[in-house]
Amino acid sequence: MTDTQSLSSTGGVAAAPSRPATLLRLPQHTVEIVSDPGEGAQKCGQIFGQVSARMGNGVWTVEIIPAEIQPPPRLPEGASGNRIRLGAGPVTNWGDETNLVVAFNEQVLLARHRAGALAHDAILLIEDKWAESDDPAIQAAWTAAMTELSGGGYRIIPVPMEAQCLSVLDNPRKGKNMFALGMLVWLYHRDLELVREQVARTFRKKSEEVFQQNLALLQLGYAWAEAELDFRVEVPPAPDQGPLVVMNGNEALGMGAIAAGLELCAMYPITPATSVSHYLSEVFERFGGIVHQAEDEIAAAGVALGASYAGKVAFTVTSGPGLALKTEFLGLAVMTEIPLVVVDVQRGGPSTGLPTKVEQSDLLAVLFAQSGDAPRIVLAPATIEECFHVMITARRLAEAFRTVVFVLSDANLATGVTPFPRPALDLRWQAEPPDLSPIPAGRLPYGWDPETGLSRRIVPGQPGGMHTVTGLSHDEASKVAYSAGVHQRGNTMRSRKLAVLQRMLAPPAVHGAEQGDLLIVGWGSTKGAIEEAVDRARSEGLQVSSVHLRFLSPLESGLGELFVRFRRVMTVEINYSDDPADPYVTEENRRRGQLSLLLRAATLIDIDCWTRVPGEPLRPDAILQAIHSRIHRGTKP
Amino acid sequence: MIQLTCAAPGCAGGAEEHEYTLSEYEGAQARWCPGCGDHSVLTAVQRLLTSEQLVPEQTVFVSGIGCSSRFPHYLRTYGFHGIHGRALPVATGIKLHRPDLTVFVVMGDGDCTSIGAAHWIHALRYNPDLTVMMLDNGIYGLTKNQTSPTTPRGWASNTQPRGSWLPALNPLSLSLGVSNASFVAQTAEWAPAHLYATLRAAYRHPGLAFVRILQRCPVYTPALYQQAVQDPARITLLVHDDGVVVPELEKVYRTHLPHDPRDLDAARRVADLSDSIYLGILFRDPARARYEEIRRVPPRTAEERRVLLDTELDRYAV
Repeated sequence: MTDTQSLSSTGGVAAAPSRPATLLRLPQHTVEIVSDPGEGAQKCGQIFGQVSARMGNGVWTVEIIPAEIQPPPRLPEGASGNRIRLGAGPVTNWGDETNLVVAFNEQVLLARHRAGALAHDAILLIEDKWAESDDPAIQAAWTAAMTELSGGGYRIIPVPMEAQCLSVLDNPRKGKNMFALGMLVWLYHRDLELVREQVARTFRKKSEEVFQQNLALLQLGYAWAEAELDFRVEVPPAPDQGPLVVMNGNEALGMGAIAAGLELCAMYPITPATSVSHYLSEVFERFGGIVHQAEDEIAAAGVALGASYAGKVAFTVTSGPGLALKTEFLGLAVMTEIPLVVVDVQRGGPSTGLPTKVEQSDLLAVLFAQSGDAPRIVLAPATIEECFHVMITARRLAEAFRTVVFVLSDANLATGVTPFPRPALDLRWQAEPPDLSPIPAGRLPYGWDPETGLSRRIVPGQPGGMHTVTGLSHDEASKVAYSAGVHQRGNTMRSRKLAVLQRMLAPPAVHGAEQGDLLIVGWGSTKGAIEEAVDRARSEGLQVSSVHLRFLSPLESGLGELFVRFRRVMTVEINYSDDPADPYVTEENRRRGQLSLLLRAATLIDIDCWTRVPGEPLRPDAILQAIHSRIHRGTKP
Repeated sequence: MIQLTCAAPGCAGGAEEHEYTLSEYEGAQARWCPGCGDHSVLTAVQRLLTSEQLVPEQTVFVSGIGCSSRFPHYLRTYGFHGIHGRALPVATGIKLHRPDLTVFVVMGDGDCTSIGAAHWIHALRYNPDLTVMMLDNGIYGLTKNQTSPTTPRGWASNTQPRGSWLPALNPLSLSLGVSNASFVAQTAEWAPAHLYATLRAAYRHPGLAFVRILQRCPVYTPALYQQAVQDPARITLLVHDDGVVVPELEKVYRTHLPHDPRDLDAARRVADLSDSIYLGILFRDPARARYEEIRRVPPRTAEERRVLLDTELDRYAV
């Protein structure tokens, strides 16, 4: 953060001086709540984020999730919680460093410190009961942690959370989060009435007794902060943006599927995609749809394909390892030209990789993980709002082009929460019921238009349309090919459809000037962070612009013409590439970012890449540094 | 989930009655080897389609990969010739979206009991209304003579030339061990009357009807059931008023075992017997839960959905 006022960073443990509180008016602030899993830090963060959105702030929240459900307590790797970036304007990404942390123990705090997540002058509010623990090992761990943290220049404020909470309940593991929420409500001037409402909404399935207890804890945290803390933060609300909704990317995908009129989601549980089906399982039946939890990833693809074959387009939701298993069915869908929507919420790979963490490394897999040539459409939503709308586009394209449409989301969009303009629902977004009218004589199951490769699908139930679809090479009548020319023709027709679609796509909008020294090219969830970095670079006087691709297959039009207007072009991606300075790495053997590889092949332009696989979203400051280091790379002195 | 609105001639619910003849169900010329058991099954199925007057456009045959999976090409209904082992998920998907369609599944022994084994088990449990034929010749034919799970122990193939290492998998025992399985039968390609009667019973059963059809591959396993084909005494018919009743066969196959298809414990005992080849319905329970029925939801019009979604968005309003 460049604009944070310094908050008298004393380092070491210091009791907060008594009032009056200093008011810090800031354009943005990032706060984290971290705990052991099961202590409710995520709930606390979610409520805080939702209330902030309702009060008119730009908000981006990200979950901090360990891979295990209940890892042993007090482990740095078990850190679980929520990170909320508040802004006076719309917030498009998770930002850089955290300015304020509420931690339920020193080990989870240590994890965030070691991850480099905390600003040098961050304020750390930490549960202090561990300092006086009866267990000498815990006491020693506390002391060691405080020593490690004191090197950071943070302002550390011990908070007697448990001692306070014990006045209201017996098991403070189950209520500390509401105390923490109370503190944040005071600290950030949140509207207490809105908070009460949100708490009531969040715990609507719990008893009145639990609700009252939560309110008491909230009040307690509020009062403690008011009495003990010497500062407050105010992030003014954003200008009115019209009606907004707030949700995470997976909820947006699920809701988008409903808006598209989809009626069948076949899936198998896999992180971080599963919450799409959690959401749909809750509501889909009311909309005439079902979630089918199949016996495995392969069957999920097969059920979706069978359903699509027989009626409306169906979809399946998965992540990297599941995608690998579905591959054969997806080839069949391309070959038989049965429309299908496949959502891949990407996580770190290869193999099981990083189940809960973001990566953008399935691009080449969705494009090429297939035997034979299997052209397909690949879309990548760049924002949570786009997660909603992309499902409508995907359904339409699958139907119109009779092929598989991939939607590449990722863990960052899946678990990020941000407000966006409320969609104005349109009936035309929904699929028509399948046409069951008789097939006129002479109409063939693959009556390819020789120019476009497009044809009209015939579904079971249509009199006169009987034929057998097959994954074997086939002609227009779906007869198995026994001559070479038929195979060439089928490949041509399936490929031609992508050329037709590409010709319909407009060139992507440029963020910044239309020419300059460096053009950053991104795709997927990195849009907000890239554009924020580009804005900062431009304010420093650098000639940097960016462009963000929504279509990865086919690629949007005009890319080559755009790229030549910049002295250098570089992709920024969350996937692995060799650093040009690494040992043994040369321009010839350098393994590149996935989009850059694709763009080099498509444009014959020397496109650089800056990619990282940190298991977390890219930060604007890291991208800005990359801009500084790469903008003049390759320039002859 | 689709409401049938088609009133064209030949459509279900259409006003005009059309009598389908056997030739109207014939597709491409079958390319199986002469003497292949698949031909007998195709004949029995065509006879069934004709006798039951199934509407061609309302009927779908789904198959996997293997010799027998070419089946749909040889019929003039809708067909889905998919990938190896995966016919059942496809058929389940069809049934979920279009319960109005009549769906048959054709698989080989490798297709069903090896590469597709997981789907087989789970489809039996889902119990959608499917007629499932497992054409079991105990060998991989299309890929040219490899051991399958149902190859008898000691039988030589290209992959196990000194004989199959393991006892054969018993598809009947396995099927009968799956919770919610509702119909399990065994028949043989060389007993056409029994084959037809069994398929008819399977077709009429509401739920997943699993029929194991014993058959010979004339190229790789011609001797597999040769003794049983030549000596009817090696066959035992399961007889019951509620089973497969084929009076003309009872004189050919004189060994009978009274068996009530409602008795699951007895069915499991019969499935495990190895002293004879038992033909008939081992188990049938039409009352078992059917997945596509359980999961059926009221359909929504586009307008209803839009209104409901608008209300849903209220929950997320800032």
